[in-house]
Amino acid sequence: MTETAKSVISLDGLQALIDALAAKNYQVLGPTVHDGAIIYDAITKTADLPAGWTDRQDGGRYRLERRDDDALFGFVVGPHSWKQFLHPAKETLWKASRGPDGIVVTAEEPSPQKLAFLGVRSCELAAIAVQDKVFCEGPYLDVPYAERRKDAFIVAVNCGEAGGTCFCVSMQTGPKAEAGFDVALTELHHNGAHEFLVEVGSESGAALMQDVPHRPASNEQVSAAEAAVANATNQMGRTLDTNGLKELLQGNSNHPQWDAVAERCLSCGNCTMVCPTCFCTTVDDHSDLSGDNAERVRKWDSCFTLDFSYIHGGSVRTATRSRYRQWMTHKLASWYDQFGTSGCVGCGRCITWCPVGIDITEEAAAIRAAPMSDKEKPNERP
Amino acid sequence: MSAAPQLDPFLPDIYSVRDVRRELPDTVTLEVAPKAGARPDFEPGQFNMLYAFGIGEIAISLSGSAGSGETFIHTVREVGAVSAAISKLEVGAELGLRGPYGAGWPVNEAEGSDVVFVAGGLGLAPLRPAILHVLANRNRYGRVVLLFGSRNPTELLYRDELADWRQRLDVDIDVTVDHADAEWRGNVGVVPALIPRAAFDPTDTIAFVCGPEVMMRFSVAALRDAGVPLDHVYVSMERNMKCAIGLCGHCQFGPTFVCKDGPVMRFDAIADIFSIREI
Ligand SMILES: Cc1cc2nc3c(=O)[nH]c(=O)nc-3n(C[C@H](O)[C@H](O)[C@H](O)COP(=O)(O)OP(=O)(O)OC[C@H]3O[C@@H](n4cnc5c(N)ncnc54)[C@H](O)[C@@H]3O)c2cc1C
Ligand code: SF4
Ligand code: SF4
Ligand code: FES
Repeated sequence: MTETAKSVISLDGLQALIDALAAKNYQVLGPTVHDGAIIYDAITKTADLPAGWTDRQDGGRYRLERRDDDALFGFVVGPHSWKQFLHPAKETLWKASRGPDGIVVTAEEPSPQKLAFLGVRSCELAAIAVQDKVFCEGPYLDVPYAERRKDAFIVAVNCGEAGGTCFCVSMQTGPKAEAGFDVALTELHHNGAHEFLVEVGSESGAALMQDVPHRPASNEQVSAAEAAVANATNQMGRTLDTNGLKELLQGNSNHPQWDAVAERCLSCGNCTMVCPTCFCTTVDDHSDLSGDNAERVRKWDSCFTLDFSYIHGGSVRTATRSRYRQWMTHKLASWYDQFGTSGCVGCGRCITWCPVGIDITEEAAAIRAAPMSDKEKPNERP
Repeated sequence: MSAAPQLDPFLPDIYSVRDVRRELPDTVTLEVAPKAGARPDFEPGQFNMLYAFGIGEIAISLSGSAGSGETFIHTVREVGAVSAAISKLEVGAELGLRGPYGAGWPVNEAEGSDVVFVAGGLGLAPLRPAILHVLANRNRYGRVVLLFGSRNPTELLYRDELADWRQRLDVDIDVTVDHADAEWRGNVGVVPALIPRAAFDPTDTIAFVCGPEVMMRFSVAALRDAGVPLDHVYVSMERNMKCAIGLCGHCQFGPTFVCKDGPVMRFDAIADIFSIREI
């Protein structure tokens, strides 16, 4: 790495950063306001960013409000996550045709478009790292994901405020971006100036900064950035006690709380769609009218559907209780067995976007408050 | 364009049907060979993903002789769209195939011990490569027992082969049906009931169990009651599978992925989760 010291860029510098990415043939994606929510979309100018907006979030509630400043990143995470670009909701895996020489299968060419993500929060870096483990570190490489991932450029943004459903501090995933970025920004409103403290996290980040006018950060600017992150740390909307949580959940598969949550859960799967780590997919095979051209399309799937666990004769998880238990136990417990990490990064999306406001932190706390003794949980079957 | 992408694990290879044999009204055995190149080796208990053009892809166990060879043998029961399309393939027809996948029956670790195969219905198909291996290397094993249960006498899978195996003096075969018909002279009842009276040394036995989940549950209980330690009992699990390579999440069974941690699993390792309903 050629540049490790912290530097500062102005608002124009941020525009120069976006331009430098575009000049290196990246499509730049970042937060924008659309239909009353902050979503990730293509951006070309700093003016595309949600200047002066913040979000109010709680269980089942999300609302944008004006801020009394012009901060560009004065909100947390919305319904979108970067997952939709690295692991798209729908993609063709391959096409096949049938002719005189039989069946020929052709892999779908990876898109040559390199992606740059601007405004990746610390919890989202953690979520990307989780999906990297799932898709790139197993016995089989998910080639389409790996192709997109290896070229992605990440501009992180440290949170200066936390949202109402955030609990990254509990999950040790934030609010400060520590690793996994090319460049990290902290937005500063200091002494009347609107600036961004820049930390470089990779060779490509350092190379990019050569095209962006910047100056060394002063000690005051570094302290102001630290104070901003400390402010977010102190504002966490939720907490989750992770101490022994894996064993607690895996030892309480028969807990009455699963019935209690099932009475409220609509089994709609919203939580799995907005979750930045949920990776499950199904496939759709079809052919055209001639019957000679077919394709295999992969789509996001949810463990809340009956089809998800269908084996001939019936679904394995028929009850909502079993499906919610599968989801939450996977996130907070079996993910460790499978991938050596939590499957939850504490972003709070599943809480905010649940239509009935079911809260993963409250569900875990309810089980912790009254765990079942071994005597109370006889084997469910002989 | 970036450098050539790595080998894409989602891409099927093309195979063509060499032979079709109707086993039962709803079940066929297909012999398939790669259109180009050689087929990969496999271990007993592994499975392939078979793709019917434009219709879909399903997990089907290997049921022929393991190791190297020219063709794969698959026994397929028609239960839905994809299995029906595969069952209708004729000699010369093509299909897609990925595999082999998964962890198989530990036939090598079982050497020196008695071996008990417990099969229910179509569960005999995934066990067949292990049975063939043990019979082909008969002197490496102690007593060999095959207990097989079928719904009724007309649904007995591999009937001719069972008759051949029965001719051998070095393997004990016991077959039972849930519902007898007028011609049936054998046992009536469920397959776990055959376990207590089978001749094997429970302290030195490896048991391989495959069939519907309830049948496996009662078979494992009967083996345990007979004195077989649960770390000597192996079962083959079944879960919905879309990818077979640990990427789609569908086959989760507690903390495991059946496609890569199984389908064959040592029972003591999964005993806790196996007892949980709808896990
Ligand atoms: C490891 C393994 C080995 C198997 N070996 C054999 C075998 O040797 N012979 C055989 O006939 N069958 C076998 N099966 C079952 C076979 O995969 C299903 O019968 C088949 O998927 C049904 O698909 P379908 O489209 O015909 O039926 P549908 O009932 O219409 O199924 C719809 C979809 O659900 C999924 N699905 C349904 N049932 C199962 C199932 N039991 N297991 C996994 N996914 C399922 C599939 O994605 C399928 O396409 C095996 C299953 C597994 C997991
Ligand atoms: S489980 Fe909920 S809080 Fe955790 S990462 Fe997923 S959406 Fe975020
Ligand atoms: S927890 Fe909420 S978001 Fe998730 S499936 Fe249930 S109702 Fe839908
Ligand atoms: S079948 Fe896709 S993860 Fe196992």
